[in-house]
Amino acid sequence: MENLVSLSIVAVYSAIGVYTVAFLMFTLDLAKRAGGVVERTHVPMAVSVGAGASEQAEPPERPELPRPDAEGVGGATRFQRAAFALTALGWALHLAAVLFRGIAAQRVPWVNLFEFGLVATAMGVGVFLLAQLWKDLRFLGAYITGFTVLSLGIVTVNYYVDVVPLAPALQSVWLVIHVLVASLATALFALGAGLSVVQLLRVRREARAVAGLRFLDTLPGSATLESMAYRINIVGFVLWTFTLIAGAIWAERSWGRYWGWDTKEVWTFIIWTLFAGYIHARATRGWRGDRSAWLAIIGFSAIIFNYTVVNTMFTGLHAYSGLVTNPN
Amino acid sequence: MEPLRPSDHHDSKRESITQPKLTVVGWVRFGWRQLTSMRTALVLLLLLAVAAIPGSLVPQRLADPNGVIRFKRNNPDLFPILDGLQLFDTYSSAWFSAIYLLLFVSLIGCVIPRTLHHWRALRAAPPATPARLNRLVGFTERQAQGELDDVLDQGERVLRRQGYRVVRYGNSLSAERGYVRETGNLVFHFSLILILIAVGFLGGFRYYGQRVIIEGQTFTNQLTSYDSFSPGRFFVESRLDPFSVRLDKFVPVYELNTSMGFPIPLDFTAEVTITEKGTERQEQIKVNQPVDIGGTTTYLLGNGFAPWITVRDADGTAVFSQPVPFLPQDSNLTSLGIIKVPDGLDQQVGLIGFFYPSAAQLESGALTSLFPEPDQPVVTLNAFVGDLGINDGVPRNVYALDTESLTQLTGGDSGEESIILGMGDSAQLPAGLGSVEFTSLPRFVSVEIHHDPTQAVVLVAALLALAGLLTSLFVPRRRLWVAASSREGIVDLQYAGLSRGDDPGLEAAVQQFAERLDKAISDRASSERPLR
Repeated sequence: MENLVSLSIVAVYSAIGVYTVAFLMFTLDLAKRAGGVVERTHVPMAVSVGAGASEQAEPPERPELPRPDAEGVGGATRFQRAAFALTALGWALHLAAVLFRGIAAQRVPWVNLFEFGLVATAMGVGVFLLAQLWKDLRFLGAYITGFTVLSLGIVTVNYYVDVVPLAPALQSVWLVIHVLVASLATALFALGAGLSVVQLLRVRREARAVAGLRFLDTLPGSATLESMAYRINIVGFVLWTFTLIAGAIWAERSWGRYWGWDTKEVWTFIIWTLFAGYIHARATRGWRGDRSAWLAIIGFSAIIFNYTVVNTMFTGLHAYSGLVTNPN
Repeated sequence: MEPLRPSDHHDSKRESITQPKLTVVGWVRFGWRQLTSMRTALVLLLLLAVAAIPGSLVPQRLADPNGVIRFKRNNPDLFPILDGLQLFDTYSSAWFSAIYLLLFVSLIGCVIPRTLHHWRALRAAPPATPARLNRLVGFTERQAQGELDDVLDQGERVLRRQGYRVVRYGNSLSAERGYVRETGNLVFHFSLILILIAVGFLGGFRYYGQRVIIEGQTFTNQLTSYDSFSPGRFFVESRLDPFSVRLDKFVPVYELNTSMGFPIPLDFTAEVTITEKGTERQEQIKVNQPVDIGGTTTYLLGNGFAPWITVRDADGTAVFSQPVPFLPQDSNLTSLGIIKVPDGLDQQVGLIGFFYPSAAQLESGALTSLFPEPDQPVVTLNAFVGDLGINDGVPRNVYALDTESLTQLTGGDSGEESIILGMGDSAQLPAGLGSVEFTSLPRFVSVEIHHDPTQAVVLVAALLALAGLLTSLFVPRRRLWVAASSREGIVDLQYAGLSRGDDPGLEAAVQQFAERLDKAISDRASSERPLR
């Protein structure tokens, strides 16, 4: 058992190492793309002067700008392929770490802050890798691997706790369901927030408000980014709703009430409300685009806040960080 | 028919901004439309999220009453200001309630007309085929061999198989599907309203109470038996189901984690005998495994030791003899208990006791507990004499002793050592008052008994909301059209679609329909040929 635990830790550190190289390669890819893009000249809007044949009533045709909504990403360099392969390798190590930890503990490996961080980041990278079957989102690689290296590093260095058996309050089938779905929802929101950040940058780039960051020109247009972010976030929202309901059912079994405004319940509610707001914003005139993107980013930030600050600084019934001894 | 949406929905038509001078009715209508607009709902939603934050920063009376008392003690100046802002009751405060009630009024104002509209839409035929399909999504032109009527019949069949509602207008088909998207949307929002009503109304019939039960003791379900009791608004005492619960035994299982040096609880089991309607049954209550009794559910919340303390007067007559629940202070169950002996001795006596299940002496001489199991049980007592303040009828906390007006006889600055008792030991009280004995060591559990008629309704509503959410987000509402015209045995077909709401797959759906119809026509043609 001890061997498996140390093996798991070795796997975690190896994964961090591989992810770090992948992060560098992804960044290099974005940088190289920027070099390859020729700065487009700003084409003036009205060039219909010579179009004498066109009818008077027809509005002047817009000049052919490169379609901002084109699906094809293009511009990716060979660094991206290497980085993606490394990310997959890192993920294999990461999964092994999760698996060894679970086998060593003889329970699901997500009962304290360290373990949840380990599983949630594995879920994040897994969702990123699998999402490629749906759309080419490899341009988010630097964001995902960078974020994973940071979070995995922080939880392993600062929040590590030894394997301990399951406390009576956690001995429930809902531990498996509630936490697993919560981490899957978190992974999706992470991806959605990444897309929203790129969307905001891309909007500014399209308006030529950002001089640098030329790699943005090689990415999908802001409308495509927004639509992809939305489709990922609504799946996340459904899973978050499920997390909330499953949590309430478990709370009823464990604490004697399904809802009691415990700090963690409050933050789950806040996050749910923020994303409900996001979905409404997407349907409200004047709130599509930048504003709804900001809401998605704020929503994901609230999840990070919930996981870090609420877990470690706030008191409440979800005192499972494993960092403090807790009577009863 | 279009789903009816608030006027500022991004799919709704823009309305002219110039408005005539408003009458009173006009203003009311204007206000109502503002309240039921998307923007208002959105702002209220975000406001609700922000308003929920303070409740996680400041302890709440509902979730953490002791935290509130601690906060008051630590911040005596700040407390009244925050309390005035109802920050310790955030979720029942006027401002929080105002936000969610407005949100729900806005919601009801939005979904009721929308439901009526959807009811009519469900019975209406898909709209007439637009004259110019080439302006719509996925416009496609194809040709087919065969008769125009045949082709359209085939088209109708293909569409119906895909779940479309189809109407033929002249030489064209108009089809619509995904009505369940709007149904799901409405179900989701009505479920939320149902939850609010259930909690607001049925919640009034809720009651819950806590009670400490010591091994061998029986709890009878009546108001006076509870240590604390919180009734809902409509609670009447006669609604308490008659039953009783005896704690036969409490069995905890611990493991000492050697690397971290603290005990890890593995299991807590309370073995109880329940008497209900004249029949007895044995049950186990565990942390994630409450027991249903009558219309209530009984949960295991906490546990500890209740050392049996016997106090005798100078003549040796017992004046106090009962188990006293000591409240756990740490994970090794170092526990604090209060014993009040108002009668029988020359003076009223109060004892503040510490209990150590596995006592060991620190270098400083102080005692500590090494493990939560009673390997070396020790009780230490500090005795006080004076007026305990229980004669004037003011209710006093049995877990606290106000020592201000009392004289300390042992421990502290009294000059006398604290009384230290192992199990079975007895010692003299100072000043010839009598003696005190640590007689035996039963355990106690604290249970919560809960009657909550909202549970079932809220669960069903929550699951309905989830189902509604799934359909309203993932079922596309779309229209397809195919317009046909024939010339010399060839039918020209024009296809196009229109989405109602977010529908990234629409273009593909139009193409897929065109291909399926192509295939249906050619299949039919090849199956008919041999007959000729």
